[in-house]
Amino acid sequence: MSSADALIEKSITERDSVTVRFAGDSGDGMQLIGTQFTNVAAIFGNDISTLPDFPAEIRAPAGTLAGVSGYQIQFSSQEIFTPGDAVDALVAMNPAALKANLSGLKKGGLLLVNEDAFAKGDLAKATYDKNPLETGELSSYQLIRIPMTRLNRNAVEDVGISLREQDRCKNFFALGIVFWLYNRSLEPTINWVSEKFAKLPKVVDANISSLKAGYHFGETTELITANYRVPKAVLKAGKYRKITGNEATALGMVATAVLADKDLLYATYPITPASDILHELARLKNFRVRTFQAEDEIAAVSAAIGGSFGGVLSVTGTSGPGVALKAEAIGLAVMTELPLVVIDVQRGGPSTGLPTKTEQSDLFQVLYGRNGECPVAVLAPATPGECFYMIQEAFRLAVEYMTPVFFMSDGYLANGAEPWLIPEMKDLPQLKIQHPGPVSNGDSTDFEPYQRNDQLRRPWAIPGTAGLEHRIGGLEKQDITGNVSYDPENHHQMCEIRAAKIAGIANNIPDLEVEGPEEGDILLLGWGGTYGAIASAARSLRESGKKVSHAHLRYLNPMPKNTQSVLGRFRTVLIPELNLGQLCKLIRSEFLVDPIGFNKVKGQPFLVSEIVEKVNEILES
Amino acid sequence: MTTTTALPVLKPKDFASDQDIRWCPRCGDYSILAQMKKVLPTLETPRENFVFISGIGCAARFPYYVDVYGMHSIHGRAPAFATGLKVSRPELSVWVISGDGDALSIGGNHLIHAIRRNVDINIILFNNQIYGLTKGQYSPTSPVGKLTKSTPMGSVDTPLKPLSLAISAEATFVARSIDVNIKHLEETLTRAAKHRGTSFVEVYQDCNVFNHKAFDYATDKTTKDDTTLSLEHGKPMIFGKDRDRGIRLQGLTPEIVSLGKGISEDDLLFHDEHVEDPSLAFLLSRMTHPEYPEPIGVFREIEKPVYEDAVDAQLALSVENKGAGDLDSLLNSGDTWVVQ
Repeated sequence: MSSADALIEKSITERDSVTVRFAGDSGDGMQLIGTQFTNVAAIFGNDISTLPDFPAEIRAPAGTLAGVSGYQIQFSSQEIFTPGDAVDALVAMNPAALKANLSGLKKGGLLLVNEDAFAKGDLAKATYDKNPLETGELSSYQLIRIPMTRLNRNAVEDVGISLREQDRCKNFFALGIVFWLYNRSLEPTINWVSEKFAKLPKVVDANISSLKAGYHFGETTELITANYRVPKAVLKAGKYRKITGNEATALGMVATAVLADKDLLYATYPITPASDILHELARLKNFRVRTFQAEDEIAAVSAAIGGSFGGVLSVTGTSGPGVALKAEAIGLAVMTELPLVVIDVQRGGPSTGLPTKTEQSDLFQVLYGRNGECPVAVLAPATPGECFYMIQEAFRLAVEYMTPVFFMSDGYLANGAEPWLIPEMKDLPQLKIQHPGPVSNGDSTDFEPYQRNDQLRRPWAIPGTAGLEHRIGGLEKQDITGNVSYDPENHHQMCEIRAAKIAGIANNIPDLEVEGPEEGDILLLGWGGTYGAIASAARSLRESGKKVSHAHLRYLNPMPKNTQSVLGRFRTVLIPELNLGQLCKLIRSEFLVDPIGFNKVKGQPFLVSEIVEKVNEILES
Repeated sequence: MTTTTALPVLKPKDFASDQDIRWCPRCGDYSILAQMKKVLPTLETPRENFVFISGIGCAARFPYYVDVYGMHSIHGRAPAFATGLKVSRPELSVWVISGDGDALSIGGNHLIHAIRRNVDINIILFNNQIYGLTKGQYSPTSPVGKLTKSTPMGSVDTPLKPLSLAISAEATFVARSIDVNIKHLEETLTRAAKHRGTSFVEVYQDCNVFNHKAFDYATDKTTKDDTTLSLEHGKPMIFGKDRDRGIRLQGLTPEIVSLGKGISEDDLLFHDEHVEDPSLAFLLSRMTHPEYPEPIGVFREIEKPVYEDAVDAQLALSVENKGAGDLDSLLNSGDTWVVQ
């Protein structure tokens, strides 16, 4: 700027929704400032939806494309369901971040770059031959070159920290600029920094200085001529917090256990993107939550089944590769008919695949990936906040039917955040669990562990109960007595009973609901974490006058009883999924309906525009 | 008036289930089952608090034959099921019944991790040095050169020493007994049950169909005094029909010496079950026939914190520090805002 006293007039523009993406090296703290920006937007009262997008490597070589970490957030004065298709403002901390993220930026969008990071070596690491800031190739964007490293060093030089430590604060400088750009208060972040680093006053000082310097730079620089205001959203009245899918899953488990007056056992082995559930629960020991970090995935599910045999609420959590390892033990839980919740936070596969990216390709694995006729219930939450309620539902079915239940989250739900209307404990469902009581002077041979109720559920008799001593195991059980049986007729019958038990769950779950016209030209049928993109697409198509409906399956096995009749009311059923057509094949084989699949396996969620385009293509053909 | 109800007096037959036993006639498992049924009534534990968990194999059928709670689980994973159960229900007496294939081959990982955590469970490993249920392949404890259906030219795999493995996994109770040593087996099972922490007991067990007489040297009346060494806490290590030979330490290596001729009992190794350092127990666990007499008895019994105690102590401490969890305040934690 020319002089400090020549404060320029800047305009303020109001926007309904804005999408911002922070991109830098995986060591640059992009996830941190993305989360801070999200918190502030949420507290301000916007609706929000986020997409953290980071590499599997903790620190890939600095400055390379492999090491780029991004965090995208859409914040809005309207109800939104996705982190946004196209980015309004991109912050690029180095050339690699620019290269990896530029395609997401709208033409005419704001591009804030740290020009100090565009030296020859930096460009080479990002495989740029020439400096893109100089070539004119960025002319279709509002390029704002900011010497962030230098300005930030100036801002913190008096704090008394090393140059390296100074540079580690520059993410806060960038955050400060973006806060100014969108008229946000610095206060929540200042409070957070002060609390987080309370024992390191210099770190507090430096980060706050960086943040303020960035903010004031935005205010005074002539490079940025306007800033934006995104008013509060009109959300349902009540008290809110921000929540990710993994947080909601953990809280939902604790809520279930507290309300059922049961201890909770979470047995798991660390795996991306499920580990945060473990971290969350490990802090909640005062809720009588026991976390068990097992030696491997198999031990984790086995310990959970052991806990379940003992009568506590037991869960194992993992991602696709872990589900593969747990398959045999889940078969045992099917055979022994013990309640078990299995959380699958899906990621890109097969094999190690794309550990940090989202996908929905485990549906067939959880439905069919075990030996023998081995039915289990399968549920899928649709949004991060819904994980809280669906995990409670998973427990309900597990206990009411004495069965393993899969809970199909994914990387997008797990790490994505949204505002969440905080429920009150008194309004939450209370799981009532009954174990048969002791039989005084009874002969334990009178107890029949496989005697069933109307729902085909066997009793949950637990060790420590006198007179109910019995043995369970993986060998085929004789109907009613539960003794080992090799009888051919019995085996056939037991396979049918186990199948009928799971199928019967359909009588005890809500109907499939249709958003939009109850019948018509086209139904978008989805499941799991794609809810936001599909719902947004369907709404936008309806707003443009098209008859497009949306139904979202939260219950994959069994499906709601009205599924067939819903499907039958539409000329075309389109199934968008982040796999190569698993639900599509399932629908075809279950209902003899021939849906059109719309598939994407890129490790990224659907863009709303992709679905809109696909629907338009079908409607026009 | 009494405040506690006396437990009913039970007999071994009260622990027999109504299921037909399907082990081969004269299998060593029968004896182990019989000794177990003798031990259980003496443990002052209500019958309904016993749980037997097994994996896969001949030994793994054991839970079906004991009329307490039981789970015949999947191959190799019994220690993991037992850990989950014990940590959830610490008041239960949890037993793992396993074999050399189940515990050391497919389940090796779970075995060492249960042991190093020191979960208060009792792991009984029926070692017959063969795969019986799958009809006679070599196992991880079969000696090199063992001729079996899967090793027609002899096994080339170095066998594991189960007790060495347990000791290196920081086991707090390690013992060995033999199926036909009825009295000794009964005492050993009793001591295993009474030990707090993971008890690991290897039982030499005869598979009379696929590996008959594998432990003949240790059970035959004419040889057993020379081929085995009875461990007694605080006593010198003496063996032999005439109790005229002993074990002395030469550097780090045990050597067999004859008593007399200037060598007295005081020159011998003395057994100490309770020494914290595992070296002595490890050294004993490596003594194998025919080079050495094989030690029988309790190799090691030390006190160490028990896993489920430590887990529950953290739960209690957490309640002490933060108060019993309140769901509403948990849901309302972090930054919140109100929409009017």
